[in-house]
Amino acid sequence: MLTEAQAWQALDTVEDPEIPVVSVTELGIVREVILGQDGLRVVVTPTYSGCPATEMIAESIVDALKAAGAGKVSVETRLAPPWSTDWIAEGARKKLRAYGIVPPQPALPDGAQVVRFMSRKLACPRCGSSHTTRLSEFGATACKSLYRCEDCREPFEYFKPI
Amino acid sequence: MGATAMTQTTPAHLEYVLRLGDAALIHGQRLSEWCGHAPVLEEDLALANMALDFVGQARMLLSYAGTLEGKGRDEDALAFLRHEGQYRHPTLCELPNTDFAHTTIKGFLLGSFNLLMWSRLCGSSDKALAAIAAKSLKEARYHAEHTGDWVIRLGDGTDESHRRAQAALDILWPYTNELFAANPTDDAAAAAGVGPAWSELAGEWEAAVLPVLQQATLTVPARTPFQSYGKFGRHSEHLGHLLAVMQHLPRSFPGATW
Repeated sequence: MLTEAQAWQALDTVEDPEIPVVSVTELGIVREVILGQDGLRVVVTPTYSGCPATEMIAESIVDALKAAGAGKVSVETRLAPPWSTDWIAEGARKKLRAYGIVPPQPALPDGAQVVRFMSRKLACPRCGSSHTTRLSEFGATACKSLYRCEDCREPFEYFKPI
Repeated sequence: MGATAMTQTTPAHLEYVLRLGDAALIHGQRLSEWCGHAPVLEEDLALANMALDFVGQARMLLSYAGTLEGKGRDEDALAFLRHEGQYRHPTLCELPNTDFAHTTIKGFLLGSFNLLMWSRLCGSSDKALAAIAAKSLKEARYHAEHTGDWVIRLGDGTDESHRRAQAALDILWPYTNELFAANPTDDAAAAAGVGPAWSELAGEWEAAVLPVLQQATLTVPARTPFQSYGKFGRHSEHLGHLLAVMQHLPRSFPGATW
């Protein structure tokens, strides 16, 4: 039987399949771990409604906890409050940048006005230049947009604040 | 959550949730048809990503509709095993893709509506629906931003992009009448605090949409008495074709799993 601390430790090893440098705990999607008589329950908040990684993450969580010695494991989804990029751990932000993904700026409040042609001042994660352009609000995954550095000419991704 | 929702359930409540789920599903399905066909790679990614958001929202909403209905139907049964007359989304969602301007204008008209709708539904008396709304609102904001930017780029772009954007607006605008048409389901849902009557949102929607169309140098068509009736299950001839593609696999191979 795992203790709660051991369960969290095991969860620290579960990677996001799309961004394998951050764990699900660093991403802030694991809300609660409950040790009950019917086994271990892990409460997870989804990132995006249609994120294709959600089911894979749930399977990886079960696998990691079983490998660490847990008996019965179940994963529950909790929608409220909705996940925000503000929940990403500070350490993970450094890892994201080192991996070539600019970490998210603070999320806007829900009632904020829509801004047209928003261009954020982002520093290129490779050369540090702030001479960058947004190529697309939507990148290779729902959670990222695509930018280009006009100095080193390399494309890079930005983790969208949500 | 489930237990309190069950005791609140009325036919109007179920229909209201089902309509939201169907609108997300059918709009998402139309967007997904662009995958591999968009004019540039970046927009191919954007359209596919937005399609994923809508299908994800549809999954949450249809799962919840199945719970409210209490007949054991899950999200898949509701998405794949209903006939066209049983879908409750507005007709606008199902209109077939023609060109990128058409998809952009449609996405903008619907996206601006969704932003208002989710924003209001965050305060729903139905806590499960409010949770879905709070989640979807964050995504809807990106959709409204992205599609609105493109409306301006196309409308205030080249002669060709302007011509196409105007043609799309002329065709799609009359279908927005249905979004705000009074409906007994809405009256009951609004009275129970489930969500706003869609007709209440007309003014705010126009206030959001018209300045963008103006900036795009597009001419807003005059309102006509045209009405479509998708919310009542009376759809255009296009829905059957969409469903034939979308439902083919689960109907041909019942119970198939990946």
